[in-house]
Amino acid sequence: MSIPAHHEHYVAPFDEGVSFDELPDAPPSQAYWPTVTGWVGITITSFWLLVAVFGSWLAPYGENDLPFPDDYSEFQKPKEGAALGTDVEDRDVLSRIMFGAGRTIGISFAATVLAYFVGVVLGIGAAVSGPKVDMVLSRINDAFLSLPTIMLGLVVVAAVGSSFPVLILTAGLIYASVVYRLSRAIGMEIMVMDYVEAARVRGEGRWWIITREIWPNARMPLITDFGLRLIYVILFISSLSFLGLGVQPPQADWGSMVRENLGALQYGDSKLAVIAPALAIATLTVSINLIVDDVSAHGGGKLSKRM
Amino acid sequence: MLSLILKRLGIGVITVLAVSVIIFFGTKILPGDAAQIRLGQEATEANIAALRERLGLDKSYAEQYLTWLRNFVRGDLGVSLSGDAPITSLIANRYENTLYVAVLTAMIGVPISLALGIAAAMFPGSYYDRILTFVSVSLVAAPEFFTATVLVLLMVFVLGIGNAVVVGSVEGKGFFELIAHFALPITTLCFVIASQLIRMSRAAVLNVMSSPYIEMAILKGVPRRRIILRHALLNAIGPIVNVIALNLAYLVTGVVVVEVYFGYPGLATLIVQAVQTRDYVLIQALGMIFCLTYVLLMLVADVAAITSNPRLRHPK
Repeated sequence: MSIPAHHEHYVAPFDEGVSFDELPDAPPSQAYWPTVTGWVGITITSFWLLVAVFGSWLAPYGENDLPFPDDYSEFQKPKEGAALGTDVEDRDVLSRIMFGAGRTIGISFAATVLAYFVGVVLGIGAAVSGPKVDMVLSRINDAFLSLPTIMLGLVVVAAVGSSFPVLILTAGLIYASVVYRLSRAIGMEIMVMDYVEAARVRGEGRWWIITREIWPNARMPLITDFGLRLIYVILFISSLSFLGLGVQPPQADWGSMVRENLGALQYGDSKLAVIAPALAIATLTVSINLIVDDVSAHGGGKLSKRM
Repeated sequence: MLSLILKRLGIGVITVLAVSVIIFFGTKILPGDAAQIRLGQEATEANIAALRERLGLDKSYAEQYLTWLRNFVRGDLGVSLSGDAPITSLIANRYENTLYVAVLTAMIGVPISLALGIAAAMFPGSYYDRILTFVSVSLVAAPEFFTATVLVLLMVFVLGIGNAVVVGSVEGKGFFELIAHFALPITTLCFVIASQLIRMSRAAVLNVMSSPYIEMAILKGVPRRRIILRHALLNAIGPIVNVIALNLAYLVTGVVVVEVYFGYPGLATLIVQAVQTRDYVLIQALGMIFCLTYVLLMLVADVAAITSNPRLRHPK
């Protein structure tokens, strides 16, 4: 990922009273207003965020309650009292989706924040600290990046078992290596800019350069990438749960719900028990992707407009 | 260029060694002792000690690691904890399933996606391009099991084919019979890699399209089709090969999920079972196989990038 062209011309306002528009290479105004696809993404993502936060209160049943204690048949069709039918153990699918939202989104969000904290601190640190530190950090990072993420996850879960902190730490550290590489690349690109050179010559300290020169210019690409990374973490956590190695039953989680109810595809009366959680993950990740795509297109990423 | 490739190969070897260290010691912290697990609860102290000695578990970790690595290179993957079967024979019945699905996906999915992506680059901004971009943006973020579910539902409800699970053996099947046998997993994985491949090959061609010599060709009046096929595509081959190798590496994850979803025996289902039963010898062997494949594909991607880009061939 490269920095959109206008960032290269971003000049720190060195002179009070000179506004950006008067500078020869002024960046285009940064105000972002979503397009239609952007709004679709924002709407669906906000919906799921609300479900994640309030779902466990609003759910009609507890996640392991049986809505129909007298009827023991699994995969019942939607009816009064169970809007999405019941699952393999006769529990309410809708309630489990609402409980699972908080877990799936919460774990993924926490892991992505962790990945960003570790990755950005080390990446920008490597970019400003000179070749020796950079060498050591980058080589360690390469070793982790050269492993398929799902294999790393499998080994860790095999070694220490699966729990929320383990999932968050594992996903966070695995994806920190990607964030490290990105923020280091961006940091490096900015470090060779004339305005950083100028700041150095002025005698500014390292902290000043990081906060005043690098961060304002690295912010936009990093924030855009946060959305992308969140998608990959959601997919990673869901895949682990789907394989039976993530969130453990009887706790509801979208990935493990797909796994539990796979039988519905073969012999279930209602196939919603497996469709609903799969669709929930897909709508969430796709809508985040729509937002990311919209924002990066605004930043000049839309190549198709060039011809 | 040769020295650059050799250097990259050297890094590849170091990476593999680092990977082997991570896998070996990562699984070493597992609770439980191989000898104890294999002999069960009623084993006597003497029996356990004897087996420990035979397996080399009484030696230091460093020695164990070196022995394990040497045996792995020779093709001796050790003995599974859950039985006395050597891992090589456990794998023998299963690797075909995994390999066929991966190879057939690559053979079918890659050419189709490349053609779609390059066609989109030929008509940027057209309805075809916009629809394709929208579909691939949506698909790229969808999990494998969602795509798989949609395909199964299509089969069951639209085509009326009842059985959505891959059953039976691959023995003695021809090329097209194999494709029919693995139709669902292959189609799922094709969608997974297609979304990335379409986007990236389109971007690779368009990236070349924005370079000055293409502008020159446009100003000269060369027709657009000729510009894409003769001027741009040749220069985009490097990035595209890079993209293909990267996407095949993503298949490693996809294969794991798809195998579990459709429930046919392959290497991926075996490693998931191994994790659930904490059979660390099996995890080590299979983990190394998957990671080696991945590292190898990454290596191909980098070498392709180096050989096709003059600027990387002659670094300043």
